[in-house]
Amino acid sequence: MTVERSTQQDDAASLRGAIDQPQASVIHKLDEELALELRDVSVYYGRFQALDSISLDIAKRKVTALIGPSGCGKSTLLRCFNRMNDLIPSARMSGVIDYEGENILGDEVDAVDIRRRVGMVFQKPNPFPKSIYANVAFGPRVNGFKGDLDALVEASLRRAALWDEVHDILKTSGLALSGGQQQRLCIARAIAVQPDIILMDEPASALDPIATLKIEDLMRELAEQYTIIVVTHNMQQAARVSDYTAFLLAGQDRTGRLVEYGPTGTIFTTPQEKRTEDYITGRYG
Amino acid sequence: MSDAAPMSVEGEWRPKVALRIWIGRLFVGACVLAIVVSLLLLGALIIDVALDGAARLFNLPTILDVGFLTNFPSRFPARAGVYAGVIGTLYMMALTAAIAFPLGVGAAIYLEEYARPNWFLRFIQINISNLAGVPSIVYGLLGLQLFVRTMELERSVLAAALTMALLVMPIIIVSAQESLRAVPPSMREGAYALGATRWQMVRHSVLPYALGGMMTGNILAMSRAIGETAPLIIVGALTFVAFLPQDPLDPYTVLPIQIFNWISRPQADFQQVAAAGILLLLIMLLVMNSAAIVLRQRTRVRW
Repeated sequence: MTVERSTQQDDAASLRGAIDQPQASVIHKLDEELALELRDVSVYYGRFQALDSISLDIAKRKVTALIGPSGCGKSTLLRCFNRMNDLIPSARMSGVIDYEGENILGDEVDAVDIRRRVGMVFQKPNPFPKSIYANVAFGPRVNGFKGDLDALVEASLRRAALWDEVHDILKTSGLALSGGQQQRLCIARAIAVQPDIILMDEPASALDPIATLKIEDLMRELAEQYTIIVVTHNMQQAARVSDYTAFLLAGQDRTGRLVEYGPTGTIFTTPQEKRTEDYITGRYG
Repeated sequence: MSDAAPMSVEGEWRPKVALRIWIGRLFVGACVLAIVVSLLLLGALIIDVALDGAARLFNLPTILDVGFLTNFPSRFPARAGVYAGVIGTLYMMALTAAIAFPLGVGAAIYLEEYARPNWFLRFIQINISNLAGVPSIVYGLLGLQLFVRTMELERSVLAAALTMALLVMPIIIVSAQESLRAVPPSMREGAYALGATRWQMVRHSVLPYALGGMMTGNILAMSRAIGETAPLIIVGALTFVAFLPQDPLDPYTVLPIQIFNWISRPQADFQQVAAAGILLLLIMLLVMNSAAIVLRQRTRVRW
């Protein structure tokens, strides 16, 4: 494990003297097989810069948590991985996200194709007002799956630890389930298209503590097969479920920057950056 | 943590609770008065028409006076019927819906799901809303020049249906846009996140849930069209028709024009026939609006 200390200079910010903190960040290099390599990823909404030059590596079949106070750009970063930012007309992304030799942010890459391989689970469970079966079958159907759809639906529901609860009510509406079940249905739906990577945007923040624990257990299980990147406000959750943690923070210019990235244990016990320590001990956000 | 600031602001409190409650009651009273006045006016209109027309429309032994429904117009009030008007109205409405619904819904889908929001889109949007408020006679003039003369459709059901389609299109577009907007963004994101293309997203994740609202809007637009008279006078609906239109290029008449024609006659008996026609038109409207309500209840999705 090597530690790289880099210093970024933000010209505009230093001209205004607006930044009150040094622009250093601590980024651990990972001794892992990599799923994604980010180099200088920046995101703009119109003239506003939401993220500034994020560079980090995401380990394959591990859980990576993105933490930081509200407005630090962690959801924006998550939405780069499956090009969901494309849906915002004013959004513009620069830099490179290397995914098996392809640049996810490249113009030549089709967002529709990326989204099949990089699935997503949202903050608020959003099952379609269709049957449980049709919810899971939606992705395979739009992606032209030819094969035993029943088996794929069952396997996906089993993988999402929902099969035992719904196997006899597959024809009822997904909206009839409880919040926690709905979120596991959304996870099953994401798994059904057989992605490599699953993005989760605060997947448990709308759920009660029991349902939250179930989702967290599920994330650990899924990490055996999938690369998981999770945005969370809940630091205990990040500490419990993730292998690696990235801490992002927005300066006074509201532009999000990566402050520290490394193994979760290190980030939570011996952070190198004072700002990380302040956040983890509850002094921000 | 900041220290608790001391709460010691000088000032006087005059709650006047009784007064505030009375102001609230006054407002409710004004609202009740408004609805009573409008209901009384409407009720007076319906009762007046019903007293005049019920005898002609309903015939106690047969419940519905079949002769009134199946007769063509006549010089003799006792033999005059609305057959041509009712069939002409149904014919024209069916054609209008067939033209206006796909065009209107298509336009709404484009505006909501595809068009990039810019000044041009806003310009179009404002104009569509404005078009909904243009006097119907202006559409009649447009239809006369465009369909009757330039396209040489003459005084045909088709010319009337095209004119009516123009008239109701803004209503259909706006209501279809509203039902598209009512589908939560999370449905669109959910579909995109599974690798759906834009069309797949629209087709499977938006349209099924917006369709009920669109149909409701369409029926309400048709209710608007069913009573329109002015544009049809201009595009040449006949007032005395003793035959039915066989194909879309045939001449026609519609119920409101028939009623208009009867009312303008001097004989008192024709006033009764006109009242019966108005009653029939009201019943048709009631049926259509009820269908819209039932459809809305049936297709409502609880998110």
